[in-house]
Amino acid sequence: MSAVRIFFVGGLTSYRALFSWLSPWILIPTFCIAPLFQILLFAYIGRTTHLESDKFYVVGNALQYASLPCLFAMAQTIDGERYQKTLPVILATPAPRLPLFLGRSLPVIANGIVVSVFAFTAGGLLLGIHVPVGALGSLALVIAVTAFACTGLGLVNAAAGLRFRDTAVSSNLFFGFLLVFCGVNVPLDDLPGWMSTIAQGVPLTHGIEAARKLADGASLGSVRGLVAAEAGIGVVYVAAGYGFIRLMERVSRQRAALEVA
Amino acid sequence: MIRFLRLTWVGWLLNMKSLTRSGLFIFTSVIEPLIFATLSYYLFKAGHRPGTLLYASLSAGLMGIWTSTLFGSGGVISWQRWQGTLEPTVASPPPLLLVLFPLTLATASIGLYSLTATLLWGRFVFGIPVHLAHPATFALAVPVMIVNLGALGLVIGGSFMLYRNANALSNMLEFPVWLVTGALVPLSLLPGWVHPLSWILSPTWGFRAVRAAAIGGDAWPALGMCVVLGVAYAFLASYLVGLFEFRARVRATLSLT
Repeated sequence: MSAVRIFFVGGLTSYRALFSWLSPWILIPTFCIAPLFQILLFAYIGRTTHLESDKFYVVGNALQYASLPCLFAMAQTIDGERYQKTLPVILATPAPRLPLFLGRSLPVIANGIVVSVFAFTAGGLLLGIHVPVGALGSLALVIAVTAFACTGLGLVNAAAGLRFRDTAVSSNLFFGFLLVFCGVNVPLDDLPGWMSTIAQGVPLTHGIEAARKLADGASLGSVRGLVAAEAGIGVVYVAAGYGFIRLMERVSRQRAALEVA
Repeated sequence: MIRFLRLTWVGWLLNMKSLTRSGLFIFTSVIEPLIFATLSYYLFKAGHRPGTLLYASLSAGLMGIWTSTLFGSGGVISWQRWQGTLEPTVASPPPLLLVLFPLTLATASIGLYSLTATLLWGRFVFGIPVHLAHPATFALAVPVMIVNLGALGLVIGGSFMLYRNANALSNMLEFPVWLVTGALVPLSLLPGWVHPLSWILSPTWGFRAVRAAAIGGDAWPALGMCVVLGVAYAFLASYLVGLFEFRARVRATLSLT
């Protein structure tokens, strides 16, 4: 029971503690305006280069923006504790680590879904793309799975935050990496082979491919392999992220570097 | 005049050193432009427009210059506030505008890292030859654009003085200005109502001048517009900084975060 309480209540409290994010002055520019303009920028570059349709860029960038809260907020829920001087207190408690850390990921996943759905809807309306109504439910599912997978990568990033000070840099690096490698704006076939190969093992790639097929009218059944691959990658990254957090916690304790990184 | 030049030099140098030691700034001025240079390269190459690869490489560098100006100038007041140096800075004898100018100039200057990084990246990673059409004009256009963006940075920094969440506003303005100023997309593709907006933004003319000098074309009209807008920004910044400094003093909110 205690673990369940830590998972849900602790996770929600931690997310709310990111009170700066809840300020409309930060939330709206970061989660609403920025993704829209990223979609517009790449859609217009696409029109310039005659590479792909507007739909290609709306789907790719809307899903990629799910990773923004998943990377930044996930890292900040741990790095922020250090900033507020509460990290040693939390790690000194006997609370089981699994619900303690994974509970923090639940609100972040929800955040990622909301950002992605907003970007998809607003970007689609602005650029006038057509998506079959019947595909909307399946698209929502793919977005949720993708946000979950990105949160796994966010956990890895958060673990790095236990050892290295500047999570803003690492979050930006991961965000940029996903933008280049996952076929967000450049079809995987047009990237070098080694980049496409790496893309198969990171979150987003399969989710974006599935979402593009759904938006083109494919059924959920026909993309179930892609959705399963995205979910599987998410599970691997969540497990790796959790293990990495425990490792970094131990290293930080050994080096007495919890507060200084 | 000598005092002003000395103040500018010392302030510029100090801020350049400070920014160069910031991981986030190195990311925004070097790594992020490389990410966009890579994306641009593949987008233009996949779109079968290889003749424009230098354009893509150069544009990514110019986008980086805007990013570093925006983040640096937008945050210049907030960072001083967090470090507790804003009040001594405002209280110091020189006008605040003259103290801020070297700082915003430094943030624009650090954008040179972006331009250098993307051109070298294009040359050595993607094999894009860097043949400048008008090297002398290019050598003039870049510093003119940097000083101009420094002046625009003053307007941004001054405007953000009263807002504690200036960094979020900076985040919001990065992509829109890339789009509106034709950094990577020709303005002719954008809706007509965007054009007047792009004309009053100096990056439009700065990018145009640097591009014309590098790839070919007449850079001088755009350079002229840069100078005109730079002077206009300086007057606007002088008014805004004075106004906001006065308001912050009256409300006693200068150091409040």
